[in-house]
Amino acid sequence: MGIRFILMVNKQGQTRLAQYYEWLTLEERRALEGEIVRKCLARNEQQCSFVEHRNYKIVYRRYASLFFLVGVDNDENELAILEFIHLLVETMDRHFGNVCELDIMFHLEKAHFMLDEMVMNGSVVETSKANILSPIQLMEKAS
Amino acid sequence: MHGMRGLSVFISEIRNCQNKEQERLRVDKELGNVRNRFKNEKVLTPYDKKKYVWKMLYIYMLGYDVDFGHMEAVSLISAPKYPEKQVGYIATSCLLNENHDFLRLAINTVRNDIIGRNETFQCLALTMVGNIGGRDFAESLAPDVQKLLLSSSCRPLVRKKAALCLLRLYRKNPDIVNVDGWADRMSQLLDERDLGVLTSSMSLLVALVSNNHEAYWSCLPKCVKTLERLARNQDIPQEYTYYGIPSPWLQVKTMRALQYFPTIEDPHTRRTLFEVLQRILMGTDVVKNVNKNNASHAVLFEALALVMHLDAEKEMMSQCVALLGKFIAVREPNIRYLGLENMTRMLMVTDVQEIIKRHQAQIITSLKDPDVSIRRRALDLLYGMCDVTNAKDIVEELLQYLSSADFTMREELSLKAAILAEKFAPDLSWYVDVILQLIDKAGDFISDDIWFRVVQFVTNNDDLQPYAAAKVKEYLDKSAVHETMVKVSAYILGEYSHLLARRPGCSPKEIFNLLHEKLPTVSTTTIPILLSAYAKILMHTQPPDQELQSQIWAIFNKYESCIDAEIQQRAVEYLALCQKGAALMDILAEMPKFPERKSSLIKRAEYSEADTAEQSAIKLRAQQQTSNALVVTDQHSANGATSPVPVGQLSLVKVPSMITTENDTSSDHTLSQQNGALSNVDPQPPSADLLSDILGPLAIEGPPDATVQSENNAASGLEGGSDAIDGSAIVPVEEQTNTVQPIGNIAERFHALCLKDSGVLYEDPYIQVGIKAEWRGHHGRLVLFLGNKNTAPLVSVQAIILPPAHLKMELSLVPDTIPPRAQVQCPLEVVNLRPSRDVAVLDFSYKFGTNMVNVKLRLPAVLNKFLQPIQVSAEEFFPQWRSFSGPPLKLQEVIRGIRPMPLPEMANLLNSFRIMICPGLDPNPNNLVASTTFYSDSKPAMLCLVRIETDPADRTQLRMTLASGDPTLTFELKEFIKEQLISIPTAPRAPAPAAAPPAAQPTPQIPPNDPAAILAGLLS
Repeated sequence: MGIRFILMVNKQGQTRLAQYYEWLTLEERRALEGEIVRKCLARNEQQCSFVEHRNYKIVYRRYASLFFLVGVDNDENELAILEFIHLLVETMDRHFGNVCELDIMFHLEKAHFMLDEMVMNGSVVETSKANILSPIQLMEKAS
Repeated sequence: MHGMRGLSVFISEIRNCQNKEQERLRVDKELGNVRNRFKNEKVLTPYDKKKYVWKMLYIYMLGYDVDFGHMEAVSLISAPKYPEKQVGYIATSCLLNENHDFLRLAINTVRNDIIGRNETFQCLALTMVGNIGGRDFAESLAPDVQKLLLSSSCRPLVRKKAALCLLRLYRKNPDIVNVDGWADRMSQLLDERDLGVLTSSMSLLVALVSNNHEAYWSCLPKCVKTLERLARNQDIPQEYTYYGIPSPWLQVKTMRALQYFPTIEDPHTRRTLFEVLQRILMGTDVVKNVNKNNASHAVLFEALALVMHLDAEKEMMSQCVALLGKFIAVREPNIRYLGLENMTRMLMVTDVQEIIKRHQAQIITSLKDPDVSIRRRALDLLYGMCDVTNAKDIVEELLQYLSSADFTMREELSLKAAILAEKFAPDLSWYVDVILQLIDKAGDFISDDIWFRVVQFVTNNDDLQPYAAAKVKEYLDKSAVHETMVKVSAYILGEYSHLLARRPGCSPKEIFNLLHEKLPTVSTTTIPILLSAYAKILMHTQPPDQELQSQIWAIFNKYESCIDAEIQQRAVEYLALCQKGAALMDILAEMPKFPERKSSLIKRAEYSEADTAEQSAIKLRAQQQTSNALVVTDQHSANGATSPVPVGQLSLVKVPSMITTENDTSSDHTLSQQNGALSNVDPQPPSADLLSDILGPLAIEGPPDATVQSENNAASGLEGGSDAIDGSAIVPVEEQTNTVQPIGNIAERFHALCLKDSGVLYEDPYIQVGIKAEWRGHHGRLVLFLGNKNTAPLVSVQAIILPPAHLKMELSLVPDTIPPRAQVQCPLEVVNLRPSRDVAVLDFSYKFGTNMVNVKLRLPAVLNKFLQPIQVSAEEFFPQWRSFSGPPLKLQEVIRGIRPMPLPEMANLLNSFRIMICPGLDPNPNNLVASTTFYSDSKPAMLCLVRIETDPADRTQLRMTLASGDPTLTFELKEFIKEQLISIPTAPRAPAPAAAPPAAQPTPQIPPNDPAAILAGLLS
C-alpha cells in the first residue's frame, strides 16, 4: 500500500508529527518510533537515506533540526519517496515561509491538513503545491 | 493558531518541561481537565470541543494513552461548521481504528457529507473513509464513492479523493468492483487530463491489477499512453513539473502498474513503451541539483524494474546491468544502495547472472561499506548470486567479514554462509572447514541446526570421517574454544577418533584428555555429549587401557548422582554398559547413517525472507518460481527403502549403502519419481515429470475468469474442450467470496500428486498447502503442511475431510490460527477398505484480513496409491490368467477415444501408476502385459493382471482385459486405467453394457446421500 507512516522528529528524538496509515496500538507506535529514531538519528551525512527496519523500509531526510521519516513497504520506490519528503517540505515552506520545528509544533493542525491533501490511505493524492494549499488558504480567508 | 490560545499555551508548557516526568505530570493534569470538561459541562461549545480534541491529539502523538473523548471526536463530524467538522474527521481518523463501534454510528453522517453538495465536506468525508473506513463503509458507501469518481460534474479535487477512498473500500471488500463494465470505466479514467485525479486513479489501478490483471488488459495501452505523455512533457501543467521532470511520482506509479501485466502483446504499444524506456535509460544524466537528480533516478530505477520485468530485449537487459554496475561504484550512497538492491532483484532474470558476476569484486567491496544499509544489500546480493562457480570466493569473503561485522548482522551472516557452503560446496571437506570456522568465529550465532547438519554429513560420508575428526582436534588444541565447538568435536571424536589412532597425539588417552579438559567450562547440555564420547572412546580402545578405564569409570561414578536427569541417566547407563564387556560393542556401535532430508537451514532461510501484505510483482514471480520449495522431500518409496536423495544442495553426498530395493526396475522407478519431487530445487520442474504433462489435458482447470477460458480455447482446442467440462467443477464453490487467486493450477497439482508422494497441493498468495505421503500396503500416512506465507496470522482455519465410503480417514486437529510465517503439520491417517475410484476431498477454508477463502481440494489418496508393483514371470502369469475364467473376475472391453501415444509411453504411464509392465510375456509386440497387487483392509493382497492389445493402425482404440480375484477390484481398476488412457475423462462414465458386471458393480452401492461421494463425483 506504499506509505505506512510519516513521522517528523526533532534531533532530540521528540515526535512533532505522526501520521499512520495502518492501525498500530499506542504501545506498538511507541516502540516503533523509539527504535526507528534511534537507528536513523545515529546515521551520518555520508550514509544513504534508507534504513531497513522490521518489515519496513525507512526513507528519511534531515532539514536543520528536524527529521522527516517515512515508513514504506520494501518494494516502494525509495527515491520517489525521498523527493516526496522534499515536496512536503517545499509545500510547508510556501505556506509558512521557511518552515521550522516550531511552525509544525504550534500549527499541528495545518501540518495535518497539508498532509491529508498530499497522502491518503498511504498513496500520493496530489503533488501540485497550489492544489495542496488551496483548501487551507480558503479556510484562512473564511476565518 | 486561530483563537486556540489554550492549546498553544499547553504546547508551550509541554515544550518547557525539563524531563519526561514533568511532561507526564503536565499531561496527566491536562487529561484530567479535559475529561472533567467533557463530563461535567452540559453544553460545550463547538469551539471548546475543537480545542480539547486537538489537545487530545497532541497528547496521543506524544505517546500517552487517551481512552476517553472518542465520542466527542466522532460527534464533531456532524457539526455544521467546517472548522469543527474538520477536527472531527481528522481526530477520528487518528484516534480510532477501523473496527471501533463509534465509527459505525457515524456512517450515516459521513454518507450525507459524501452525497451532499458541499465539496469541502465531501473531501473531508472521503479522506476519513479513505484512511480508516472498514468493511461496513465498503458495503454502504461504495456506490456513492464510485459515482463521485466517475462523475463529469464533480471537480477534480473531489474525484482524486474518491479514487483513493475507493481503493480503501476495495481492499476491505474486493467485491465492490464486481460491477458490470467497471474495467471499462477504469480504463476511461486513465484518459483523465487532471494529473491529481490521474495520480490517484493510477494508485487504484495498481491495487486492482495486482490482484487480477486479466480484467484490466484494456488499461495497459492507456498506461503506456500516459507514460508517453509524461515522458514527452505534453500537456503537463507547470505545477506538476518537479525540478523540470513531469510528475516523477505519476511516472513511477504508471510503470509500477505496467509491471503487473505479464507481457505486452500488441506490437505498437510494445514499441512505444520500449521507446520511452530506452529514452529514460539513455537520457538520465547526473546533474548538480540533488532534487532533480533524485527525481530523475527515481524514474530511472522504476524503468529498470519494468525492463527487467518485461525481460525481453537482450541488448536492453545488458544495458541495465551495465547501468547498475556503474551505480554500485558511485560515491553517492543512495545510488549505491539502490544499485545493489536492484541487482539483487535482477537475479530473478536467469540469464543475467553471468554478467552480474563480473561485478563481484565491487560487490564484495560494498560488504565493507561504512553504511550498514549498504552492507546488508551487498550481503543479500552476494547470497543471491552465489553458485558453484563462485561459492568458494564468496563464502570465504563472508567468513572474513564475520569477525568485523556488526552484531546485528552476525547471525544472518553466519546462517547465510552456512547455507551457501551446504548448497554449493565443491567438496565436503571444504564444507566441514567452513562450518568449523563459523563455529570458531561466531559460535554464539551458530544455531544447533548448523552443527547438527555437519554431524549428519560426516556420519553419512565415510571418507569424510577421519578428516573431520582431525580437523576438530586441531580446534580443540586452541586455548579458547566455543561451547558449540566442544559439542561438535565431542560427537565427532567419540564416533571417529579411533580412525586417527595411529597419528601422533591422537591416542585414545590423548583424545580423552583433550575433551575432558573442556568439561569444567561447559554447561549441562554439553556434558551428556561428552559422557557419550568417553564411553565410545573407551569402547574403541584396543587393547583395553586399564588406567583410562578407571579414569572414565570414576567420571561416570561421579555423575551417577548428578541433579540433571539427562546427565545422571547417561552416567548410570554407561557405567552399567561398561561392565558388559563384549556386548558393549553392539550397543555402542557407530551411529547409523541419517536419512537424507532437506536442510532445515535452507527451510529456515526460505521463511526468513520478509514480505508485506500486498504482493509486489517481483515477489509474485519469485513465489511462482519456487512454489514447490516449502515441502520437505524426505522421501520414502513405497517399499520402505530409504531413497537416495542427493538433495541437489549437495550433489556429492554418497548414496547411503544401506539402501535396499526390491528389484532394479522398481528402484529406477523410485528414482524417476524423485526427480519429479525434487523439482523444489530447480525453479522449473524438470520434464521428468512428463507424466503430468501427459495428463495435462485431462487436468486443466477452468479458471474462474471467462476471458482466460476463451484464451485457452484459442490456444488449444483439446484443452479448451476439457476446460469446459472440468472447469466448473474444480473452482471453489462460492466463486464470489473467493477473490484470492490460486497460484498454479489446482487440477494439475492434484494429478502430479497422484504420481508422486510429495509436493504442493494448493497455493495462493497467503497460504501454501503441501502434502507428503507415505504408503504402506493399505495404510497411508499423509501430512498436510499448512504454511502461512505472510507476516500476519491466518485465522478461522478449517480443514474438513470428506472421505469417500471406501476410505477411513482421520485428520489430526487443525489449529484455528496459523501464526505469521509458520508452518503447521497435520497428519492424516488413511486406511483403504475396498477398491474404489472415488476421491477424498479436503474442504479447506481460512480467513486473511477480510478475505474468506474456501477451496475444495481433491486429495491424492487414489486407487493407485494402494497398488504395489510386482514382476510376474511367465510360469506364474499364465496359470493365474487362465484361472480367472471370465466375468465378473475377468473383464474385457474395447475402448475408443484413446489419446494416441507410442507404446513405450503407455508402458511408462502404467508403471507410474505402479502397474508394472512385464516385458516378453506377450509375443505380440503391440501388446502390453502388466501386473500389480492391490492392498485393502478387507482382503489379503490381491494380484491383478492386465493385458492391453493395441492396434498399430489405429492408435485411438485398444482392447483391455483385466483380471483379479475380486470382481469389484477388476471393475474399478479397469475403469481407473481407462480414465488415464482416454482423452476426455468424463465422457464414457458408464461402463460399456457388454462389460458391465452383473451384481458386483460397486459404484451404485454408495448411498446417494453420501456427501463425500457426491462431491468427489462432481470433482472428478
